[in-house]
Amino acid sequence: MSPPMITAPLTELSQALAAKRLSSVELVEGLLARIDRGNGRLNAFLTIDRERALDAARSADVQRSRGTAGPLTGIPIAHKDVLMTEGLKTTCGSRMLEKFIAPYSAFVVEQLASGGMVLMGKTNMDEFAMGSSNENSFFGPVTNPWNADYVAGGSSGGSAAAVAARLVPAATGTDTGGSIRQPAALSGVCGIKPTYGVCSRYGLVAFASSLDTPGVFGQTAADCAMLLTAMAGHDARDSTSLDRPGEDYARDIDAAVTSKPLAGLRIGLPREYAGEGTDAAVARAIETALAEFRRLGAVTVDISLPNVHLSVPVYYVIASAEASSNLSRFDGVRYGHRAASYSDLDDMYCKTRAEGFGAEVKRRILVGTYVLSHGYYDAYYLKAQQVRRLIADDFRRAYDDCDLIVGPTSPTAAFRLGEKSDDPVKMYLNDIFTIAGNLTGAPAMSIPCGFDERGLPIGLQIQGDHFAEARILNAAHRFQQVTDWHRRVPPEFAA
Amino acid sequence: MALSLDEVRRIAHLARIEITPAEAADVRAKLESIFELVGRMRAVDTTGIVPMSHAQDLVLPLREDRVAETDRHARYQQGAPAVEDGLYLVPKVIE
Repeated sequence: MSPPMITAPLTELSQALAAKRLSSVELVEGLLARIDRGNGRLNAFLTIDRERALDAARSADVQRSRGTAGPLTGIPIAHKDVLMTEGLKTTCGSRMLEKFIAPYSAFVVEQLASGGMVLMGKTNMDEFAMGSSNENSFFGPVTNPWNADYVAGGSSGGSAAAVAARLVPAATGTDTGGSIRQPAALSGVCGIKPTYGVCSRYGLVAFASSLDTPGVFGQTAADCAMLLTAMAGHDARDSTSLDRPGEDYARDIDAAVTSKPLAGLRIGLPREYAGEGTDAAVARAIETALAEFRRLGAVTVDISLPNVHLSVPVYYVIASAEASSNLSRFDGVRYGHRAASYSDLDDMYCKTRAEGFGAEVKRRILVGTYVLSHGYYDAYYLKAQQVRRLIADDFRRAYDDCDLIVGPTSPTAAFRLGEKSDDPVKMYLNDIFTIAGNLTGAPAMSIPCGFDERGLPIGLQIQGDHFAEARILNAAHRFQQVTDWHRRVPPEFAA
Repeated sequence: MALSLDEVRRIAHLARIEITPAEAADVRAKLESIFELVGRMRAVDTTGIVPMSHAQDLVLPLREDRVAETDRHARYQQGAPAVEDGLYLVPKVIE
């Protein structure tokens, strides 16, 4: 097969492998070479697991020849460095875990491995998944594949950039406030955050446990559907993992094509999403995409989410509170960094944590510590949980009138490196459209839908009610059958 | 919201994060801006609203009372900064 084949979407690679037009070894070798060429520019990978990837590819080819291969056998994937991968470094983008080797694997890592996928390496991220630009990584920022002066988005910036630059056909991410969808939008790929509880959090280094959700990046909605089907499943080791029958998330995608495949679909347009802070180019791209959805048979209806503007403040109470509790485990005793000199145990904790954590992680721990401290619990954490309920109720009511909610993923395309890094609040407001999905626990995805005047990609967010993944993916897929935004490759990585 | 430097130091100590005197002013300024953002939700009337602690209305599952874990003690301690005889070493806490 000619070299460009290896940069094809996962579903096409799966067919090529099945038809023996391509071997897994050829695919893995070819992509390792692309990673070697591209990673200096992107800083998307923190660890490349070359030897084991080649071994896994060889076994995949053996399985293929014996007829025991599945649809994902031999296809490469990268995991966000917040997911534990046994025997491989798992740093969470932090100095705290700079040398930490995971003693076991995350559930989703196991699921994809048992589906036959080949682990290529671990991707860069904002430290402990806190950030929207990947600039909070101890290992330096990921640069945007479309323009090296711009951010790739965060916190799963490495995974998004790696898929956008076609270094891997698929990568995992985690989404606590938009950390899959926002980098997918800013880097120009697809990314889905499923319903909370659909993918086990076992082995995901915890940031905010009531919000953290594993998910995936791919070139197309069909790719994401295939990956999500393999990743999902009940896992008793995560007490919030849902015990429900498995789903084929590609079931609607595989249905026959008609001229109006989305006939009957009601797309809700929240009044509150209009205007405020949204860039004109983004608004235009969304309008154009909506016209496409209408041509496919969907109707659009106006809806209202009166409390959604409170999502960002609510999130920064809940996520910070949970983070301050979860990250208390990093104390220099059981794993990770320990300060070199200290006077006593208390001083060891204080110095270890001062050295091991970066500025943004410290800020969130401090905010969380404050809101949970004596006398403030009711005014902050409890209040935030009540407003969280109001926001969730808004969505529940909205879904009486519509099936999906569509709008921008992020108010702007990618911003310049350094542009917002000294102003945390400005950075937080970047997640204004994505955070509600984490508060409600409902699924949402971002797909490419255009470019701004600087040539930077724009993302369209499709949200649905709990367990509406198949519907979201199908709407995205039908859009992708009549558009080619998802097929555009950053010029530097086209060859 | 105005935070005093003493409050910043108090929170930092509760969180066991050392903050140097040189850092304190900048940390305070950034925390104040975050609390200003967070404060936007405090005016909402939430009388009678049941707090939503979780994205799913789950009843925590019970599992059978049997041994499910294997002994991975040694493996887990490989990443520890200081270990002796299977124990984690910390600075002396009792004189």
